[in-house]
Amino acid sequence: MKFAFSTEQEEFRSNLRRLFAERSPPKEVRRLMETEAGFEREGWRKLNSELGLTALRIPEAYGGQGFGFGELGIVLEEMGRALVCAPFFSTAVLATGAILNAGKEAEKQALLPGIAAGDTVATLAWVEDNGRWDAEGTTLAATTSGDSFRLDGHKSFVLDGHTADLIVVLARAPKGLSLFTVRGDAAGLSRRALKTMDWTRKLARLEFTGVEAAPLGEQGGAAGPFARTMTEAAICLANEMAGVAERLREDSLAYSKLRVQFGRQIASFQSMKHKAADMLVDVELAKSAAYYAAAALDEGDNDVEAIASLAKAQASESCLQTAIHAIQIHGGIGFTWDNDTHLWFKRAKSSEVLLGDAHHHRELMMQRWAA
Amino acid sequence: MSELTEESVRADVRAWLEANWNPDLGLVEWRNKLIDSGWGVPAWPRQWYGRDLPAGLVPVVEEEMQRIGAIGVAKAGIRTLAAATILEHGTDLHKEKFLRRILTGEDTWCQLFSEPGSGSDVAGAVTRAEMRGNKWVINGQKVWTTSAHHAHWGLLLARTDWDKAKHKGLSYFILDMHQPGVNVQPLKQMNGHASFNQVFFTDAEVQPEFLVSTVGDGWAVTTTTLMHERRGADGLRTWAMGSDRKGRAYEEERAEIATVMEPYKWYPQRAGRVDLILQRAKETGRLSDPVVRQEIAKVLMMSKAAEWTARRARAAQLQGRPQGPEGSLGKLISSHVARAAARVHTQLTGADALLSGEDSPMNGLIAEILVSVPAGSIAGGTDEIQRNIISERVLRMPKEPRDDVDKPFRDVPRNTVS
Repeated sequence: MKFAFSTEQEEFRSNLRRLFAERSPPKEVRRLMETEAGFEREGWRKLNSELGLTALRIPEAYGGQGFGFGELGIVLEEMGRALVCAPFFSTAVLATGAILNAGKEAEKQALLPGIAAGDTVATLAWVEDNGRWDAEGTTLAATTSGDSFRLDGHKSFVLDGHTADLIVVLARAPKGLSLFTVRGDAAGLSRRALKTMDWTRKLARLEFTGVEAAPLGEQGGAAGPFARTMTEAAICLANEMAGVAERLREDSLAYSKLRVQFGRQIASFQSMKHKAADMLVDVELAKSAAYYAAAALDEGDNDVEAIASLAKAQASESCLQTAIHAIQIHGGIGFTWDNDTHLWFKRAKSSEVLLGDAHHHRELMMQRWAA
Repeated sequence: MSELTEESVRADVRAWLEANWNPDLGLVEWRNKLIDSGWGVPAWPRQWYGRDLPAGLVPVVEEEMQRIGAIGVAKAGIRTLAAATILEHGTDLHKEKFLRRILTGEDTWCQLFSEPGSGSDVAGAVTRAEMRGNKWVINGQKVWTTSAHHAHWGLLLARTDWDKAKHKGLSYFILDMHQPGVNVQPLKQMNGHASFNQVFFTDAEVQPEFLVSTVGDGWAVTTTTLMHERRGADGLRTWAMGSDRKGRAYEEERAEIATVMEPYKWYPQRAGRVDLILQRAKETGRLSDPVVRQEIAKVLMMSKAAEWTARRARAAQLQGRPQGPEGSLGKLISSHVARAAARVHTQLTGADALLSGEDSPMNGLIAEILVSVPAGSIAGGTDEIQRNIISERVLRMPKEPRDDVDKPFRDVPRNTVS
């Protein structure tokens, strides 16, 4: 397996890092996270069009750039590092993945160019109030009337669900598990932003009352494409979390070198040095698993589901542990609202849970490796 | 001379091997031929049995050797460290006398660094070397000496000046292990094996010409040896495999490997035997227990992520990039993996974990894991030292304050043992 970034990829990464640092300093993160939308259309459109972010992994045939998960992983890692407030994971990972994996040719032609161009904010709505991450938890019903479909029920924990222009919905249809698309302003759809622990990750609850929906892909054939989308999403999130963890680690290390107690930098205490070494181990393990998993997707590894779960479980543990250490190293100041550490701590916490926590993914991994 | 390419090197070595490889030769006879050809250690200087081949082309030679089944020069054990140190710091006399017999496998070596009073702090050695008449006379004790019981020569770190600072009063010698003043005793470990030895020196002698580098330069030479040990650690610990083919040279090589690898036979258990976990879980019927499944998954996750971290480091190296932090973490991570694996083996084994030997699962192998794993976090640099190295060299955190370096060594507080 190819397991090193190319020079072009490294350049791409350093460009992103520089731009995100400029455009998404903590002050800007705080400004945006306090808005209900969590991002600003114009700012995001500009950043996205300069860098071609949502177009990155969409094939050229649909107006995209045709890169792989290696590159997408780099974007996510750098976004995690800078805590970029944008509907990127929802649009470019979840919705794009569902459309690419499930959609018929005409559907892809119709839906993807708008996403690639940055005109469409999109998301995938699959979880419900029961909080299950798998398709088994789906109760939202799709019924046919003539040629059209109507959706009744609810979805929750929908990333950027209150702002998305296009919502891909997982539903139980007469022919079985199916995917549909609805417009964000569809009649009968009511959307409520949820109050989130992590203000940089906006979630919504959606009520569907006879909402007219367009089918996406084969009716009754959503299980495979949906599972594939979840595999991709777990790997993408693991890469984002690697960036979150590394930022926390680096900031804490820098702080420990500045902070003086008992007449010494606290970085000179062995307790701090050993903690810092352990944090490096945690973060590097998470990075290795995330990078390997992205390469496994790009290279069509047969074992990619187990690898995805491994990467997500490793990221969940590493990222949260790093966040806990980061707050501890900052001491009292780290527990204040004004200090920025909690922004990344909360992202670590919300990422730990999103798409299933470490226990959930370890069990999935075992189902693959020790059936 | 035409430029060396992969193709030209491959053609040259292949032609030579096809003309000369013969499994019915004696092992030493074959290796002497190989050494004379320069293909035995192609990256070494021409003057000393090599061909000055760029390191990147060495794998080509190895591939051709493997393809034809030819045996290489003796590589396993401390002898490779001796060779590297002598090549870098030795005199022509040392090279003349020792290098060829290292490569043929005729001489085995041991490393006389650690002492009862200086483990992590190797520079705190108190074994004495004193010039008496025209010889160095050695008194003191070394410990954790692999293969000392059959070694011909030892790489000795000893103190020659107690009034100089700690690192400045050390010298490095090549010591003849077969002499009356050297007493080797096996050191029994907590897992029952005796892979190492204690070595006692009572007026042992070293010829003045077997000083390596200069008096007082012993620490610099030791650093070279340790650097090669760390770099080659994987190779030293990997189970050297003899071929099962027929032929006198193969038979003699199998005997050599059996001797050299004997001390390491429990090393796979020391690493936790992650490879046995799923099999044991099925055998013990514990695979349906959700708690056990979680614990197994934790070990597999860590072990895979560790393997991929090592691959990342290698991939970066192959691309000629400076190694990132991922290259410094392997030792510490493998301690974590081993401990986690031992916990899971205990969980899977239940009451049988109270037993050992033929009364216990896998004829004592599982029991051996449980009492061998602690070695991994100690040998070759404790976890604590690894964390210091990572924090100081990778993360650039301040060094430990110390008061043992800027005063005469005789004034430095030290262990009363030894």
